[in-house]
Amino acid sequence: MRKEFRDSINTALHNPSLTGALGRFSEAYRISREKAYEGIDFEAVRTQIADRKGYAASHLDELADRFTQKAEARGTKVFRTNDPAKVRDYILDLARQNGVKSVVKSKSMASEEIHLNPHLEKAGIEVHETDLGEWIIQLAGQTPSHMVMPAIHMTKEEVTEVFNEQVEEGQTPDIPKLVKFARGKLRTKFLDAGMGITGANIAVAETGSLVIITNEGNARLVTTLPKIHVAIVGIEKLMANFSDIVPVLTALPRSATAQLLTSYVSIISGPVPNTDGTPKQLHIILMDNRRTEMSHDPKFKQALQCIRCASCLNVCPVFRLVGGHVFGKVYTGGIGTILTAWFDALKSSDEIQGLCIQCGNCTQVCPGKIDIPGLILELRRRLAVEKGQTFTQKAIFSVVNNRRLFHSMLRTASVVQKPMQKDGFIRHLPFFLSDMTEFRSLPAIADVPFRDKFKQIAQTKQKEKAAFYSGCLIDFAYPEMGEAVVKILNKAGIEVIFPEGQTCCGAPARYSGAYEVAAQNATDNISALLEQDVEYVVSACPTCTVALKQDFISTFESLGQTDALPRARELAAKVMDLSTLVKKLVDEGRLTFKEGQKLGQVTYHDSCHLKRTLHVSEQPRELLTKAGYEISEMYEADMCCGMGGSYSLKLPEISAPILERKLNNIKQTCATLVVMDCPGCVMQIRGGLDKDGAEIKVEHTVQLLAEQLK
Amino acid sequence: MPAIFDTFKLRAEAVSAEVHRFPRKTEALDFIVQYLRSAGVADSPQSYAVWADCPFLSGVDKKQIAEQIPGLTFEVTRETAAASRVGISQLDWAMANTGSLIQDAAPVDRRLVSTLPNIHIAVIQTDRLLPDLPSVLGKIRPEQTNYISFITGPSRTADIERVLTIGVHGPEKLVIIFVDQVFADQVSVDDVLVDEAAGVN
Repeated sequence: MRKEFRDSINTALHNPSLTGALGRFSEAYRISREKAYEGIDFEAVRTQIADRKGYAASHLDELADRFTQKAEARGTKVFRTNDPAKVRDYILDLARQNGVKSVVKSKSMASEEIHLNPHLEKAGIEVHETDLGEWIIQLAGQTPSHMVMPAIHMTKEEVTEVFNEQVEEGQTPDIPKLVKFARGKLRTKFLDAGMGITGANIAVAETGSLVIITNEGNARLVTTLPKIHVAIVGIEKLMANFSDIVPVLTALPRSATAQLLTSYVSIISGPVPNTDGTPKQLHIILMDNRRTEMSHDPKFKQALQCIRCASCLNVCPVFRLVGGHVFGKVYTGGIGTILTAWFDALKSSDEIQGLCIQCGNCTQVCPGKIDIPGLILELRRRLAVEKGQTFTQKAIFSVVNNRRLFHSMLRTASVVQKPMQKDGFIRHLPFFLSDMTEFRSLPAIADVPFRDKFKQIAQTKQKEKAAFYSGCLIDFAYPEMGEAVVKILNKAGIEVIFPEGQTCCGAPARYSGAYEVAAQNATDNISALLEQDVEYVVSACPTCTVALKQDFISTFESLGQTDALPRARELAAKVMDLSTLVKKLVDEGRLTFKEGQKLGQVTYHDSCHLKRTLHVSEQPRELLTKAGYEISEMYEADMCCGMGGSYSLKLPEISAPILERKLNNIKQTCATLVVMDCPGCVMQIRGGLDKDGAEIKVEHTVQLLAEQLK
Repeated sequence: MPAIFDTFKLRAEAVSAEVHRFPRKTEALDFIVQYLRSAGVADSPQSYAVWADCPFLSGVDKKQIAEQIPGLTFEVTRETAAASRVGISQLDWAMANTGSLIQDAAPVDRRLVSTLPNIHIAVIQTDRLLPDLPSVLGKIRPEQTNYISFITGPSRTADIERVLTIGVHGPEKLVIIFVDQVFADQVSVDDVLVDEAAGVN
């Protein structure tokens, strides 16, 4: 990671008006978005969008032809190109031919993608952004920090200063007055401009129509007052039929700004008369800029389903801390990372892809049903292939791929760590490792790993068997969680086996883009876990569960190792997370809780992989309630704790404030016990509370359940 | 009609539009005249009112109204619209579930009066009220009309500190006037009320 990038993160993190505004917005957004979708079946709407935009992405060429034909029949000029330079030249030539001295623009991400403004300005043409936020940042010489709210990072005082310095002295930080001032100043620009430039939200092939959505009314003026209208349209905006606009118009305003509909929707299907009665020149530029290439990529084609609502930014625990500027100049946030990799260059996403903590929040709200974290992992994988791994990464992964070496190193570490360890925590590490323990303590490596403890557990032979997959954290840091799993399953009459050949689940390698390493881990684990005939393969770590159940398959698929798929699927079918299995056994009457227990208040933290990948959230709550606990829900219970596996080691400066928010939300409930299903979250939250000194205990669900079952 | 009208009113008011309803055209006209007076329309720049030609105006004595309201003109140009406080036009359809108005806005005067002035008065026949987007799409004809406008409340922004501010580049006020009576030269939705309405005013 370059120092400049790290610096830009730190600048953002230490900008209180940015983090304050984004933090408050993300909280308000969640509520207002939900309200805007009242009475709407979001899943049905986004399925329609994904289907129809997915169809369009598979037929870009055909739809572009049809659009061109329809629009040209009405007198529109359509120019189609793959090359951003040709778009810039086309517009500049058009302006020169018509003696245009001044251009007004309504918001267009496509124009920002090709850096149009400086090109026109260098040629001596004035360019005025008219969307208020865009105008402010244009005056301030900045770039948008958010796709929908470009100036969200600025306070009214900063806006006032920009107006005073760049436009006219005497403005005061009064928002309605600032808006009125902008209206007055821009009004003359609208009236004087020779050309209006817009983007478009949808381009309908069936009718040759553009659909343009705004709130301020600037697009209506831009398309009405100047005699030339140029629309720059990325070809992924194409949709086949006019009726396709329904799901987009339903979702876009609700997801972008929590409105039922924006103030204005303009559907332009041909040139209209100018105010002097002459017909308007209407030019539509269908810009490709690698979109067709993207549509041929089986993984990334789905990114063309994006409707640019920016909801993936609004729910992202990282974006609300760092804002848009760290992502670069144009597209920001999760989807922005993907678009930058394509529309700019893969290497431009090298650093920003590392910002994704893989919590999956965005997948819940994306109206285009895009697997944003999945695509970011794919970027990571391709980048790793392109530039190879660093020496350190290689060294680490070569250890992880050699189970005996890996495990013996962990055992050695348990001895070496002794001087730094107290009450099961490591609170300080020396030298370059100190970042790891600055904001949270780390668990000490257990004296005796679970794999050794397991041998001491006396079990009765049973017909029904379950293989326990511990994962590294339970094996080497929290063996007591493994012991609790065995205790519970034994009570249900299930014998637990611990296949010795099991090793790291491969998640750290996969999440770093090292798929070959992950595939080797997968192969080793599959042979270990399928060695004996068992009913279930159970894990008490959601990340490991996801690896066993889904990632092994997709890693093999990504690498084209189809031979390995049948066995991976055989394993996947047996895998269950602990809470789901216990809930099943309780429902079947094979496990019962002690009666009449009143165990007091606890609060429950949803782990990312459990809630959003495995869709398990009610099971642990129900079990804890049946056990006798009263659940006091914390705010944003399903928001990431900032652990993200190795993320907290790579980007501790981001992990720490995410954890801080989580700890505050836990404290707000006044519960003295916080429960979760993931040993990784336990490590992060327990470590955070230890540093914090708060008197709150952190437990894995499995340990509480083991105590309360008859 | 009452339920759908109530839905429209609720939705439109929720986005800061004003909604009125009159049984007959004469009452609507009286209201508009009163409104223009109280809005300070006068025969001086930035205080004019512009009224785009529409079926509502057929049979209306424009000269007489213009005499009542100095500064009101039916000559819609870039200049008159830009110097007007109020713009008046008739809209084609209303969409209840979002409180929106829909218009064939290809003729430029219709856009000028609804974009440049501070206040937009939108007149619409009550029987043009439809429930939702699919039903509106069944009526509008993009293959015939080069510019279709959806208007939902006044112009707005939240670009500074996310504070909702009404009135940026478009009108800061949207006054919607429903008229139950069908206008003379406009065919009604179901063609049932045409005869009854013919010749009124």
